[in-house]
Amino acid sequence: MNTDAAAQAGYRRFLERRSFIEMNARERVRAVLDPGTYREMLGPFDRIKSPWLPLQGIVAQADDGVVLARGTLQAKPALIAAIESAYQGGSMGEVSGAKIAGALELALEDCEQGRLIFPVLLFETGGVRLQEANLGLAAIAEIHAAIIALRRYVPVVGVIAGMVGCFGGMSLAAALCTHLIVTPQARLGMNGPEVIEQEAGIEELDAADRGLIWSLIGGERRYAEGFADDLLEDDADAIAAAIRKAVSADPASAAKPRSMQVERYVEMLRKLGPTP
Amino acid sequence: MSVESMSGGSGLSRRGRIWFDALTGGAAANLSSLKSVCVADAALGGETARFIAVVPDAQNRFPRARGGEVGLDEGWALARHVRATIADANDGARRPIIAIVDVSSQAYGRREELLGIHLACAAAADAYASARLAGHPVIALLVGKAMSGAFLAHGYQANRIIALDSPEVMVQAMGKQAAARVTRSSVEEMEKLGERIAPVAYDIRSYASLGLLHKLIEGIDADAPGRIDLDRVRAELVYAVADARAGAADLACRLTSPAARKTRAASIEVRRRLAEQWRSAEQGRAGEPGDVRS
Repeated sequence: MNTDAAAQAGYRRFLERRSFIEMNARERVRAVLDPGTYREMLGPFDRIKSPWLPLQGIVAQADDGVVLARGTLQAKPALIAAIESAYQGGSMGEVSGAKIAGALELALEDCEQGRLIFPVLLFETGGVRLQEANLGLAAIAEIHAAIIALRRYVPVVGVIAGMVGCFGGMSLAAALCTHLIVTPQARLGMNGPEVIEQEAGIEELDAADRGLIWSLIGGERRYAEGFADDLLEDDADAIAAAIRKAVSADPASAAKPRSMQVERYVEMLRKLGPTP
Repeated sequence: MSVESMSGGSGLSRRGRIWFDALTGGAAANLSSLKSVCVADAALGGETARFIAVVPDAQNRFPRARGGEVGLDEGWALARHVRATIADANDGARRPIIAIVDVSSQAYGRREELLGIHLACAAAADAYASARLAGHPVIALLVGKAMSGAFLAHGYQANRIIALDSPEVMVQAMGKQAAARVTRSSVEEMEKLGERIAPVAYDIRSYASLGLLHKLIEGIDADAPGRIDLDRVRAELVYAVADARAGAADLACRLTSPAARKTRAASIEVRRRLAEQWRSAEQGRAGEPGDVRS
């Protein structure tokens, strides 16, 4: 039996690893922030719920599935917004969307006044909540606007851990982040596999083929294609460390956000030729 | 919707093309190398504006983007032409950018996902928002469908959104048939629900009640605009440009209209209470007195 120290350390690390995926949104935020600095805003006791779900016979949860907290990351002021995938599939309704957009807008105001605050988005969302449809879509446009404006001052860090992934209009929000972290269990796509199958037929995409889905839009593929910046195991400490590193990156040496690298991607698509 | 967009033929909307040609005089040089993206500079209220539309192209190299959808090439082309407008503004004249919106959806397909349709659409949204932040008045003119991710890419970052009051003009997060399947209801049930719950409705009048529109222009022949129609729409564009220049560069105006105060009351309430809690939550900084509360 191999008792070499490095192998033992690796083995121990595996045993001690805390799964980020298994955590709910609130636990994820706590795992990311410096210990003792978690301050939740618009928490469950504030009881700001969806006004639209009860009208459709659906029970509304008291935080509408988004956890917002301020705290610090290595003593730097931070704002974390985490989406709870267990509630309505992490979908964006009026209130959940406004919580994220509104918090980012306040962070922007602070940044504009020279008080830098570092935003981190923990995605886990199917996109727009169809019961609130146009108000979810409008909120997502406001989230995009806030990320783009904020990115001029601070890096905006996104994490897609899984197992829901990040879809619909929120996949654009992930694409707008300065730095995007994924795990192998993550999926990042604009159109959910079921929607593609419905819209384009099963010959275009078989939504039940899990291997195919992950090979297309899974975290490993996204990282390999350059659509994500870090590929990490499902390890809360590793994810928290990667967030800290991204927040501390020197803005002067940072690459242009990929959504601004227009010529590069236009050229990449041109090279594919006719009907790629 | 899917039957229409797959036909690649006569079922496709010509609205985008009609209004692009009408507003640019048809004779203006199309600056785009893509048949599916129309870009031209034309006069608007004594200055030059950039007009941009996404239109169907039956020969599009991406089969899933032949019906006027925003696909990979379209998203990046939008980003490129909007950013070119920002780069041209070195003389200080921040030209208006008019997004003529008639987009049935983003392109749904395997190639699209693999090659990053989410990033292509994000790049377009990024460019429009960057133009707005740089001081360009960005106006979205809705002449047909403004659907989901396609609208996020092409129009939803505008300072002001104006729309023609016509049955074919609609804004929604998902096509009617697909939304009915996903929510396990029928198209008829969806339509009934829309009569009661404005955000799930498809028609532009319901959308107007959400308070996100700057102006709903009534009585325009949207399929065959005459001279008077065109003059009225131009006047509304000029007015929207002036209003955008006079206002902030953010999207706050979407929360201040009387309709928004009613229908988006929760969006406003969330922001109000969040602002109240924002400062006290800051007390949680490590090593400061607030820390004892944890």
